Amino acid sequence: MINAVISIFALAGVAPLIQRFAGRRAGLLVALLPACLTVYFASYAGVMMRGESVTQRFAWAASLGVEVKFYLDGLSLLMTLLICGIGSLVCVYGGGYLRKHEHLGRFYLFLLAFMGAMLGLVLAGNLLVLFVFWELTSITSFLLIGFEHEDEGARAAALQALIITAGGGLLMLAGFVMLGQVAGGNYDVQALLAQGDAIKASSLYVPLLLLIFVGAFTKSAQFPFHFWLPNAMQAPTPISAYLHSATMVKAGVYLLARLAPALGGSVEWTSIMTTTGALTMIVGSVLAFYQTNMKRLLAYSTIAALGTMVMLIGTGSEYAIRAALVFLLAHALYKGALFMIAGIIDHQTGTKDVEVLGGLRKAMPLTATIAVVAGLSLAAIPPMFSFISKEMLFEATLDVDSNAGRFRLILTAVAVLAGTMFVTVAGLVAVRPFFGSLKVTPKVAHDAPLEMWFAPALLAVAGIVFGCMPNTVTDRLIAPAVAAVYPNAAPMELALWHGLNVPLGLSVVSIVCGLVLYRAWDALRTRTKWTQGFSRFGTEGMFAAGGELIECLARWQTAILQNGKLRIYLLVITGTTIGLTAYTMRRGGITFPAANFFRTDVKFYEVGLALLILAASVAAVRSKSRLGAVAALGVVGYGVALVFILFGAPDLALTQFLIETLTVILLVLVLYHLPRLKAITGKRARARDLIVSLLFGALMTTLVLITASVEFDPRVSDFYAAHSLPDAHGRNIVNVILVDFRGLDTLGEITVLAVAAIGVFALLKLRPQAIKQRAKRKRRQLKPLKTTTRGEESPL
Amino acid sequence: MIVMLAFVIGGLYAAGLYMMLRRSITKLIIGLSLLSHASNLLIFTTGGLVRARPPIIADGATEIIKPFADPVPQALVLTAIVISFGVTAFALVLLHRTYLTIGTDDLDDLSKTDLAQPERNG
Repeated sequence: MINAVISIFALAGVAPLIQRFAGRRAGLLVALLPACLTVYFASYAGVMMRGESVTQRFAWAASLGVEVKFYLDGLSLLMTLLICGIGSLVCVYGGGYLRKHEHLGRFYLFLLAFMGAMLGLVLAGNLLVLFVFWELTSITSFLLIGFEHEDEGARAAALQALIITAGGGLLMLAGFVMLGQVAGGNYDVQALLAQGDAIKASSLYVPLLLLIFVGAFTKSAQFPFHFWLPNAMQAPTPISAYLHSATMVKAGVYLLARLAPALGGSVEWTSIMTTTGALTMIVGSVLAFYQTNMKRLLAYSTIAALGTMVMLIGTGSEYAIRAALVFLLAHALYKGALFMIAGIIDHQTGTKDVEVLGGLRKAMPLTATIAVVAGLSLAAIPPMFSFISKEMLFEATLDVDSNAGRFRLILTAVAVLAGTMFVTVAGLVAVRPFFGSLKVTPKVAHDAPLEMWFAPALLAVAGIVFGCMPNTVTDRLIAPAVAAVYPNAAPMELALWHGLNVPLGLSVVSIVCGLVLYRAWDALRTRTKWTQGFSRFGTEGMFAAGGELIECLARWQTAILQNGKLRIYLLVITGTTIGLTAYTMRRGGITFPAANFFRTDVKFYEVGLALLILAASVAAVRSKSRLGAVAALGVVGYGVALVFILFGAPDLALTQFLIETLTVILLVLVLYHLPRLKAITGKRARARDLIVSLLFGALMTTLVLITASVEFDPRVSDFYAAHSLPDAHGRNIVNVILVDFRGLDTLGEITVLAVAAIGVFALLKLRPQAIKQRAKRKRRQLKPLKTTTRGEESPL
Repeated sequence: MIVMLAFVIGGLYAAGLYMMLRRSITKLIIGLSLLSHASNLLIFTTGGLVRARPPIIADGATEIIKPFADPVPQALVLTAIVISFGVTAFALVLLHRTYLTIGTDDLDDLSKTDLAQPERNG
């Protein structure tokens, strides 16, 4: 199993190369591996029928209790066969559909990567491994939806799908972690399934259930997250056929079925899932009615179908689980085929709008035949496999004994509504484009080449074959899958003919209503079009508004915090520092020095020096002349040097005098070439800056006082004092520290100075283009003057 | 005296920050200089103040007589003085070059050159 997943990913890596060298045959070559894997997995059917399962495991992050575990039982087998089987067909179909596309190699890469992720998802036997593959399908799906990345709509749809499904996945991860904690830090799926009662008794049960629901519902396009699926129809049709009907959107359904033994059966489980499922069925059915784009029609009917599966799993009876899984298989077959048909029509005629299509049966007889067969499946007409699933659906909703038995009338009504709409959609997609009078299309229609009709034909025929011998299929595929979800399930017997009973009656009702709606589609749709105005109050509108809100917020805070103005950055930084320190002081985190600390002896010349420095700094700020400011700055520097002298730091004082003199000379030299100082900012800004500056100064004063009042730990200083003479043979301790104990730091300092010196030299020597040009222009302006006066060119 | 110095440091920080909040780059550099004086004094005071007792072992003595000024902050400040000179010198030359190229020392005009050609004042 692990090899199957790895081989798919490996093939994904080399697929672009295969495409480059094999050209047209690349689709077939690429499809070989998934086809072989289909056979490989199918060979496990016998094992599954005996009620056994296969496990492979190896350690990954043992300390976290995470092991990579792959687990194959009936449920995963059903999914793997869909993934590999339909996957290989999509490879062939996609090769034909995108034959002239310049990025066909990339298409195979993304498609196979998705296939590998999806396989990993359904085979994962550990919740965290499952999550990794789950998000991987979201990412590969993002790449696939945005395949036509030059189209803005495709990019937006890809992003929307990614945000919704990957975001839902993240919440689901939180749910998984809770689930693992409830189960004692164990993320092994099979171990969790055995602890169902303990999990349901936990106080975390409801939150973790809700979080996992969000993950499953976003992935399976349940209301209110449904809207990403129709938008994802921007993807090339092979991708829609694969991801958005057969595989990825079923991942949520798969997860719910997988966890049903552990989480299911509670009131919360049943009520939330049946409600969400039923709402999704209604929303999908109603919105499908207003679509004219074939792919969107199919997408909304897929939403309704996914709602049906969620609703069935939610009701939780044995019969409902059976119905859900039969429906899952039947739906994958016909919806995949119909998407491919829609793709063929779009590819051959240049449009997928059912309103402008008609009478194609003569031009595309083969496509028309396949379409009608697949359409009969969607409409659930006997002897199709889907007819059986529809009967089972009605029977499950009518089941009084199930948990959702109280709502059976409502659920049945919703099921009939969905069934009706499936008939209408089948008519619109599979019948209307081919019958009636021929309409003019952008391209003149021809039948599709073999690689394009082969896949839908196979899927459509499978619908009939499965319908005619349902028990062959269910014994091998469905029954083991049901056993995985509903242990100790009774053996099942399926047949097309159940006798005259209520489900049959409901089937007839839905088919008749569907046909009526199909006939009245044009008139009814245009007459009730005004209702579509309400759609902007829907969840998609909320999603868009939320996105805009975040963007606005980001733009607003970026404009404030990241506006490229140094003074604003400084204001924010100092403001925050002042605020936080003041807050800490108020909370009593810092103790102020006692009153007697302030009663220290001060000599009169020290007071004079302090006042001198303060006065000079005020003068430097207030001075309107450049030289005045520089002189004041020099006074501050010399004042600081005097402080150093007074308090036992002759080295510092020497350096400070030297450096200050150099700085002043440099400033005078440069400032002579600079403009005069003038007040640029207004009074209000200056007042604001002054307040912030004074607050900052007060903060620093306070901090110095607090620092000075704290008992000083002299160990480091004493160490240097004690070791200076015996170890380093130096009597000046400061010098010894600099050149001996911390010699490397001084080397770093020298390096900084050297870099600064190189920078200064470079800036002085380099003559930027602008200056050269300005100089040139000056010369040119002068030139005509001189030529007129002298009558000859002057050498410049 | 430490109380006096605390106010001197606060005053220098306030003056330096105020100058750095100006739009003129010249004032910004003056502010930077004031700020480094403030920081040097701040570090200097952390070891406590001792009058006229430099951390030097007298000739003939084998160890220093307490009390003596803390040598560690002094070593730090010595480095800081030299580095801040390097920074100031570099900033000054950069300012000079900027003014020659763009013809302004207004910080707000600098960001406008991202959009327009640099020689708009030429």
